[in-house]
Amino acid sequence: MAEAEQVKVLRSWLSPWSFKVELALKLKGVPHEKVEEDLANKSPLLLASNPIHKKIPVLLHNGKAIPESGIILEYIDETWTNNPILPKAPYERSMARFWSRFIDDKCVGACWMSCWTEGETQQMFMEQARASLRILDDELGERKFFGGESIGLVDISACFLSLWFGVLQEVAGISLINGEEFPNLCRWIEGFVATDAVTECLPPRDELLATFQSKKQAILATKSMVY
Amino acid sequence: MAEVVVLLDLWVSPFGQRCRIALAEKGVAYEYKEEYKEEDWTNKSPLLLQSNPVHKKVPVLIHDGKPVCESLIIVQYIYEVWSDGAPLLPADPYARAQARFWGDFVDKKIYECGTRLWKLKGEAQQEAKKELIEILKLLQAELGDKKYFGGDAFGYVDIALVPFCAWFYTYKACGGLSVEAEVPKLAAWGRRCMERESVAKTLYDPLKVYEFVCHLKKKYGIE
Repeated sequence: MAEAEQVKVLRSWLSPWSFKVELALKLKGVPHEKVEEDLANKSPLLLASNPIHKKIPVLLHNGKAIPESGIILEYIDETWTNNPILPKAPYERSMARFWSRFIDDKCVGACWMSCWTEGETQQMFMEQARASLRILDDELGERKFFGGESIGLVDISACFLSLWFGVLQEVAGISLINGEEFPNLCRWIEGFVATDAVTECLPPRDELLATFQSKKQAILATKSMVY
Repeated sequence: MAEVVVLLDLWVSPFGQRCRIALAEKGVAYEYKEEYKEEDWTNKSPLLLQSNPVHKKVPVLIHDGKPVCESLIIVQYIYEVWSDGAPLLPADPYARAQARFWGDFVDKKIYECGTRLWKLKGEAQQEAKKELIEILKLLQAELGDKKYFGGDAFGYVDIALVPFCAWFYTYKACGGLSVEAEVPKLAAWGRRCMERESVAKTLYDPLKVYEFVCHLKKKYGIE
């Protein structure tokens, strides 16, 4: 890639999904421009780049738009082949994709809803979240990262469970991920957020906390992840 | 070097059919194992429970004893392992990202909306019909004048979507949605895909699918 590359990320500083993209680019040493989007007032560029879903993140690589964080991660891995985030062997690749999908489909939503519901509904979501987190905790086992010695696709996909869910549990006044029930995940969270590349990409915790606290009532009303 | 490939599946499952079509396109010999004997969804074989302990669902591809789950993950696996012959995904990373995007779109939208269409009644059904037409129109626009979603080569997005062609009759009979009328270019694409042996040999007669759905509705007391 000799000529000047143009890499932009349409993103929101609050979003764990755009964090995933930025972390992958950071791990590969790819210089990029972060374009902050106001999700209440989406830019013409965002709407043109992701007309179907109209969501961030979108990766713009020399003008080509790639939406959907999971798809962007695979694109990044295939385009910049240093420091791979996916394993080489097909079976291990399929396992990485499986666990990424499991996190997206079974963990994130249940964890989110656990924060913003109450009574029996909250109990139901917390049970769902616990069951999924238990499976994830078992899958991680004694390993440092899901990717082994270094951060891989599944670790990146699990980022919501680190900083963001920690903040959300504090705002909601619940404690779901605890060291007793999920020792492996708690150890993973500590190791993940302490990694240099991750620290450089994470939003400041106090700002994240203040923002979620200020948006609490709005989120309680809609439960929407777009706030 | 003899490989053992087993597919745990359900005859009518569009997700399982994606895998069967991909295996056929690649000429991979495999053993097909039908799950849920006598349509008892609780009757899951020990092999299924062992191979997909997380979701306990078909399809599961077991390659030399190692299970791969989730239909589109399986299709990508097939593409990566049996790399001779026609590629199921494009070589260029950007084209590949677009294929994954549309495969994901089909995956998230069609089955869920289609199920609401044949299951529900009244306003909820009308809502599902409206939504499904929008989804199909987006897909038709993406197809454009191409032979297949990938261009000249039959591939990932075609494989993701084509099993649902066998459900078009059910969408019409249960929900009054005529795919032919609403998205004629997409309907024509479906017929083109049926000319491929891999698709023709995998998809069941739409009437059989409709019979299956009627049977399900009776079983669950949905009129």
